[in-house]
Amino acid sequence: MTDATVLIVDDERGFVETMAKRLEKRNMTVFQAFDGDEAMARLAEQPSIQVVILDMKMPGKDGLVVLQEIKEAHPLVEVIMLTGHATVPSAVEGIQHGAYDYLMKPCSFEDLNQKIAEAVELKSEHEEEAVEARLSDITGRMG
Amino acid sequence: MHPEKKSSYDNLSRNLSLTVITVSFAPLILVGGLIFHQFRSIYTEKVFAHLAEVVDKHAADINTFLRDKLTEVQYVSRTSSFDHLATSSHLAMALRGMQQQYGRIFVDLGVVDSHGRQVAYAGPFSLLGADYSGADWFRNSKESDAIISDVFEGLRQSPHFIISVSQGRGEARWTLRATIDFLAFSYLVQNIRIGETGFAYILNSRGVYQTRPRDERNQDLELTPRRQLGRVGSLAGVSIFESVDREGDAYVTVTAPIKGGEWQLVYQQKSSDAFSAMTRTELVTLGIFLIGGLAIVVMALLISRKLVVRFQAIDQESELMSKQIVETGKLAAIGELAAGIAHEINNPVAIMIEEAGWVSDLMEDEGGELPSYAEIQRALTQVGNQGRRCKDITHKLLSFARQSDSRATEMSVPEFIREVVDISMQQARFAQVEFDLDLDETMPRISASATELQQVLLNLVNNAIQAMEPEGGRLSIGCAMDEGQAAITVADTGPGIPAANLGRIFDPFFTTKPVGKGSGLGLSICFGIIHQMGGEIDVESTVGRGTRFTIRLPVPPPARQPETRQEMRHD
Repeated sequence: MTDATVLIVDDERGFVETMAKRLEKRNMTVFQAFDGDEAMARLAEQPSIQVVILDMKMPGKDGLVVLQEIKEAHPLVEVIMLTGHATVPSAVEGIQHGAYDYLMKPCSFEDLNQKIAEAVELKSEHEEEAVEARLSDITGRMG
Repeated sequence: MHPEKKSSYDNLSRNLSLTVITVSFAPLILVGGLIFHQFRSIYTEKVFAHLAEVVDKHAADINTFLRDKLTEVQYVSRTSSFDHLATSSHLAMALRGMQQQYGRIFVDLGVVDSHGRQVAYAGPFSLLGADYSGADWFRNSKESDAIISDVFEGLRQSPHFIISVSQGRGEARWTLRATIDFLAFSYLVQNIRIGETGFAYILNSRGVYQTRPRDERNQDLELTPRRQLGRVGSLAGVSIFESVDREGDAYVTVTAPIKGGEWQLVYQQKSSDAFSAMTRTELVTLGIFLIGGLAIVVMALLISRKLVVRFQAIDQESELMSKQIVETGKLAAIGELAAGIAHEINNPVAIMIEEAGWVSDLMEDEGGELPSYAEIQRALTQVGNQGRRCKDITHKLLSFARQSDSRATEMSVPEFIREVVDISMQQARFAQVEFDLDLDETMPRISASATELQQVLLNLVNNAIQAMEPEGGRLSIGCAMDEGQAAITVADTGPGIPAANLGRIFDPFFTTKPVGKGSGLGLSICFGIIHQMGGEIDVESTVGRGTRFTIRLPVPPPARQPETRQEMRHD
């Protein structure tokens, strides 16, 4: 059992690969995607993914759009946004669309680690709530 | 101001005033001229008509007078016979009767026989037996029964004229003659007095005066007829002339025939006198016209001058605006470029930092035995640190290139100043300028557009740094509350600004830099921005000591604190 299952989404291949290696070294399972569509495909085939690290600026689908798609298809997956810009408005927008947090690129590796850990914890909490909700839903229907 | 531009403004001003003047004068002159002309002709006609009427009436009066006297004499002559009248007592009675009726107009009476001898006489002179056979009137009386003679001196050596009535044929023809007092007759004519120079007299057909003219001067008044004016329609026989005397004065002459055309009643008056009322009115009108015209001209000039000055100001403003737009556009373009570059650099730097981290991760696991392990770790840390330094630089660039917007946001002044100082640090180091910050951290936040304020402060800081090049110096930046306003001061130890230029440094296009180096817009843009924010900017400077700019900005009342953003997350 790994500490966390992470999907890194960024158009910079080198960044993704190195990041993956470093995270795997810290006992995480890491999947990689280089654009939004690939990210959605990964999420679809790997339900174990807990946290997505998502770059805001990508060719093709913009980070914000991908974020909305993820939250629609996989509401329980937590998303940490990476932004190259000091654009606070887009970050705020991301938070409003349900991102867990955002970090400025290049970010300190330690910060990222910590955020992943927090996100995983939050996700498990949410999952328990969701299970309870489903249970009550089922019992409600049974009743 | 370019000379050709100036002349174009002058042209505009001239054209404006000319247009206004033309448009106002054209109808004025047309209407004025028309009325003037109409008034003149109507008034002239009126004056002539009046004169003609007066003369005609007097001519009729004189005719009546003469006819009356003639009738009287005829009556006496018919009601008595020659023999009867030849006795002087009867004649004297007849004279008395006449004088009772007409006053002293009849001076005397006399009866003359067919040879011209006066056979009877009643009157103040002793003319009994006087021989009239050579007198004009006696010769004339042979042809016609009733005669009114011209005025002559005759035997009594004083002007008078004679009314004679003859009867009979050949030897039996006798004549009753009466002398009319000339003074009384003259009085009839001298009564005609109009204006100051109007007078009347009577001429006979040979042009001899039959009445005393008003004064001797008129005796030799020679008039050259200039033109005959149309006869006044209603009055037959009255004609009007305009003539000029030797001195060039114009006269109006009105004549009317009397005594069946033998005599003429002549009335003369200086034209200037006859038309004095008209002339006066014309002068007054002309005066009003001139004063009004002058007023129009002055107003046209003033208004066009004023308008053109306004135009000039507006043109200058728009020129400044377009320059500002160009400047802002340039700034924005540079900012975007910087943002693009910064953004592109970010990714490689991020990868480098991660790679260095990855290497250090590997070293920790496997490279512990390497002799240079510590050195490699130090180098990797250094790579990471330098990468982060690059990141700081790019982020500063990005924050500077934030899209310019004039929306006011809440901001902390000290923090903001530090940001600007960070951006200018490099430039200051090259110019050997040291920063000296005195920031009051407790001052309230202000509400202003960060990008615009940044532009202002950067401009001031850059100016200060450039002023202190190349010797360097000290740049003090401070912020504090001052009389309820946020005050930001930027003071340098440069050469200072001469007093002559101090009042003009905020003027657009004022620059002391060589051509092509400065636009002269920086400070005027600053001035504009600060005033738009409701603040003020001023400067004090001592030559040789340095310059200090002070910006004062309003602080929003604490009541208007914007509500904090609600927590986004609902757990």
